Amino acid sequence: MTEGTASSATPELAPSEATIASAHQTAGPYWHLVDFPEWADTTRHFADALPDGAERITVSGTLRDGNGDLVTDAMVEIWHADPAGRYPDQNGDPTAFQGYGRCATDKGGRFRFVTLKPGPVPVGPHSQGNAMQAPHIALAVFARGLLQHLSTRLYFEGEALNAADPVLKAVPEARRGTLLAKPARPGEWTLDLRLQGEGETVWMAV
Amino acid sequence: MSEVVHGYRRPNEAHQPPLNSPAYGSTRARHPQQPLLELPHTLTETSSPIFTPARYPEVADLTVLENGAGHAMGERIIVAGRLTDEDGRPVRHAMVEVWQANAAGRYNHEGDQHDAPLDPNFRGMGRVFTDEDGWYRYLTIRPGAYPWRNHHNAWRPNHIHYSLFGQGFAQRMITQMYFPGDPLLPLDPIFNTVSDEAARNRLVSRFDLDITRPEHALGYRFDIVLRGREATPMEENHHD
Ligand SMILES: [Fe+2]
Repeated sequence: MTEGTASSATPELAPSEATIASAHQTAGPYWHLVDFPEWADTTRHFADALPDGAERITVSGTLRDGNGDLVTDAMVEIWHADPAGRYPDQNGDPTAFQGYGRCATDKGGRFRFVTLKPGPVPVGPHSQGNAMQAPHIALAVFARGLLQHLSTRLYFEGEALNAADPVLKAVPEARRGTLLAKPARPGEWTLDLRLQGEGETVWMAV
Repeated sequence: MSEVVHGYRRPNEAHQPPLNSPAYGSTRARHPQQPLLELPHTLTETSSPIFTPARYPEVADLTVLENGAGHAMGERIIVAGRLTDEDGRPVRHAMVEVWQANAAGRYNHEGDQHDAPLDPNFRGMGRVFTDEDGWYRYLTIRPGAYPWRNHHNAWRPNHIHYSLFGQGFAQRMITQMYFPGDPLLPLDPIFNTVSDEAARNRLVSRFDLDITRPEHALGYRFDIVLRGREATPMEENHHD
């Protein structure tokens, strides 16, 4: 079959080879070939010239598996809004702040990001009032043994908006703590992640 | 009036590998046992970082190192393909990262202790961006097969790892590209975690004479499809 003929003959988008999402595969143990340690600091392009109202924070934690063993070969990524709760405009300034980071877990199973604390985030592009989400960071974990990456969210303990956050509210109360980062010191937020077993993180189907 | 969020289509289970795949031993202690929480898509999921070559420089030729005089050993190949979404739309200006073993089947990685030679002229990392039509292209060498300890006499088929970003973080994915006719494919627990045969075979690149350059390198085509948008926008939940 020649490419393109199927879709041009049928205006309706029938599922075809070309219109089904590709399968995920594990990142494996050697993904560090695309590890760039500076990516763990989302503020690296800004030095001290941070956006107005920005608070530089660290977000760190350890990652453990179902046996309680440290996971020392994982890639952790973060994605979050800026201090005003905005995400970058795809047609906007590519040098504006972006809350994207990547970090390898070390020999202690630990990841650590330097970033800016995100503001409350709208649910959709024009949300107001109750459609606001509490400040949060999307986390993605890739590793050997993970055939698809695992996703979750980190929230900040003590945020007033947490009580009304639509995602937190959907999490059974007994497990909500697995999403709530605590401050070890002011501005130093920690959240340990557990792939499986006791205290398993609430992983999300995104 | 309610607002709408254009979420992404949920994956078809048969087309994706299950997190718990006993034949792939490393999944045993690493797959969640609790059911995943279905996350409604918000701006967090539908927006994405912007990557530009200015901030993330391209490495489109893996066969030479910057300032390097030598060339990587092995069979030079060109890999090209299109990045689209499930609606057939090109994913433009997307960052495509690749990494792979060298021709001897050894990664330039301290954790890889396979007794095969390292190649001082091969790092095994590439980064390219898709064009207006979603096309990407890079030059590399064909990676070798390598042993692993999943089971007795286990060998990974030749493959190149891919990391992809779309226009929403919900489209983020890491996958692997395989080579046609590889006798190790039917034996590989990772490849075979995808139960749908057609979905599995979409991870296998195709030899392509149009991508092949005379007197230079064979060409392989590898297209990748990211999730598309929900046909019906999701209503936002207003509690007022
Ligand atoms: Fe590999």
